[in-house]
Amino acid sequence: MDIFMEYVRAFVVGGLFCAVGQVLIDLTKLTPARILVAYVVAGTVLGAIGWYQPLVDFAGAGATVPLTGFGNLLAQGIRKAVDKDGFLGIFTGGFTACAAGVTAAIIFGLIVALIFKRTDRTRQE
Amino acid sequence: MAKYVTDGTVELNGGVSVHSFAAAVGKMEGDGPLGDCFDYIAKGAELGEKTWEKAESKLQQYAFDIALSKGHLIKDDISFIFAGDLLNQCTGSAYGLRELNIPFIGLYGACSTMAESLAMASLFADGKIGEFCAAVTSSHFCSAERQFRFPINYGGVRTPTAQWTATASGCCIVGCAEQPPFVRKITIGKIVDMGVKDANNMGSAMAGAAYDSITRHLRNTGKAVTDFDAIYTGDLGQVGSDILHELFARDKVNIENIHKDCGLMLYDMEKQDVHAGGSGCGCSASVLCGHILPRIKSGELHNVLFAATGALMSTTIVQQGESIPGISHVIELSDKCI
Amino acid sequence: MNISKQEYEQVAKKHAGSSKMYITIPKAFLIGGFICCIGEFFMNLYQYIGNDNEKSAAFTSITLVLISALLTGFGLYERIAKHGGAGTLVPITGFANAVVSPALEFKTEGYVLGTGAKMFVIAGPVIVYGIAAAFVYGIIYWIMGLFS
Repeated sequence: MDIFMEYVRAFVVGGLFCAVGQVLIDLTKLTPARILVAYVVAGTVLGAIGWYQPLVDFAGAGATVPLTGFGNLLAQGIRKAVDKDGFLGIFTGGFTACAAGVTAAIIFGLIVALIFKRTDRTRQE
Repeated sequence: MAKYVTDGTVELNGGVSVHSFAAAVGKMEGDGPLGDCFDYIAKGAELGEKTWEKAESKLQQYAFDIALSKGHLIKDDISFIFAGDLLNQCTGSAYGLRELNIPFIGLYGACSTMAESLAMASLFADGKIGEFCAAVTSSHFCSAERQFRFPINYGGVRTPTAQWTATASGCCIVGCAEQPPFVRKITIGKIVDMGVKDANNMGSAMAGAAYDSITRHLRNTGKAVTDFDAIYTGDLGQVGSDILHELFARDKVNIENIHKDCGLMLYDMEKQDVHAGGSGCGCSASVLCGHILPRIKSGELHNVLFAATGALMSTTIVQQGESIPGISHVIELSDKCI
Repeated sequence: MNISKQEYEQVAKKHAGSSKMYITIPKAFLIGGFICCIGEFFMNLYQYIGNDNEKSAAFTSITLVLISALLTGFGLYERIAKHGGAGTLVPITGFANAVVSPALEFKTEGYVLGTGAKMFVIAGPVIVYGIAAAFVYGIIYWIMGLFS
């Protein structure tokens, strides 16, 4: 039952993050790029003031998978790096924290560009 | 010679006819409600080419070739060719027509280019400047999407006011002839800016221009809306059409039964996910060449206004916060020459 | 014109039509929630095979990015996104889609000036402002550290 509730929490919290994004799209006409930026910055701020981690503990992937989780990761990375390296950590922490996701996106992006053919979106089923 | 009436309206001498015409479209347009009336329907968006830009050029080439053969002409019969499209520097036309070796005049009127090129070709023909003149335009969903919006495989959300760029091309070959459809009068559009800034809402950016040009045409020629069997606008889509109806309603003129919009005709608005309707140079071009002109030729329609509409913007200038100016050129087509 | 720009704006707004929010929002919720559940599944899987929390989270991100990249390559992500709206935009899979789709789309302009240069044309701002926000926080955190 525990494991079931864990998925329910991830589903609901993750779903809510997306629903809020949809409300922003529908009501404010914010473009996708702006919404993504807003989410990352919001996640960084929430992570910085320590409000995001409790949500991660509660909802797991429901809080880490949305881009706010990416922002939170940046804040955590900065904190860890500054604790370890002092002033230099301000410069290294952010990229270190997000390295896995960004590198994955770059590498898989390259691979997909190499091996896939563009698709034809006008063929609507 | 053509006679200048007033305020942008020109009356042709009589006898300027669209000698032959052809429409070439993509698969989605072929699956739409007008599918049966197009001369060529591509199996996919690629048309056997490696890039979307080349595919668009090829579509334009097809439209021209088919129009030529339908009119029993060879390419040397064409004195001038007026062409334009949505791609940067009008490359769709330049590359599509580069092998032809015909004097070429590139035009840009955004989605109004079909009316613009047809107006120019008709004026040349009317002035007996060359025997036949061709007017060609095209647009391609994928080449437009990657230039103006996002990569094809990007899952960006489209707003409900956004329109779907048609993969289509149309070609009219104009000359002096006895058979309808005849080009009777032309009203050149003015640049009308209603202050709309949303690049995903072209319909409302262009509706003001359509209203301005159509009312100007009616006023300058002394005609009323009811003198026409139909008034076709280019690609106002659902949003722009509603606005146009309201603008006319403010003048106590009801055009709802006479007005048709090419952007709403090209697709099945229920089944095909095109949001507010079709757009792009090829949208009004293919509806004109596939649907409107054949009906005038057969006598089903007698007097028609064709008002293609365009939004004269670029992504750069919209990002800089400028509003979007619209334009609409009106062509009066008829099955009688005078 | 028979109308002022101000009035026209009102007319345009009236006809603009809004999204069917009673459809888009539940769809975004369901699809976004589902993607997070997939994340939760991989999170558990990586923990189960012996990784700590941090590593599992990183592997989960990598896995989701990979899945999204493949779906983008097959042209399927865009189809899901048509229904998902923000549900496919906000999760990290949306970020991956924003990186992979231009990489694929612009390869016709070459691997350097097309794929390479355009890869971050959509997702670039996310990195820029994410790093910038984190940098500001880093300065504050560092200064706070000096006084504690």
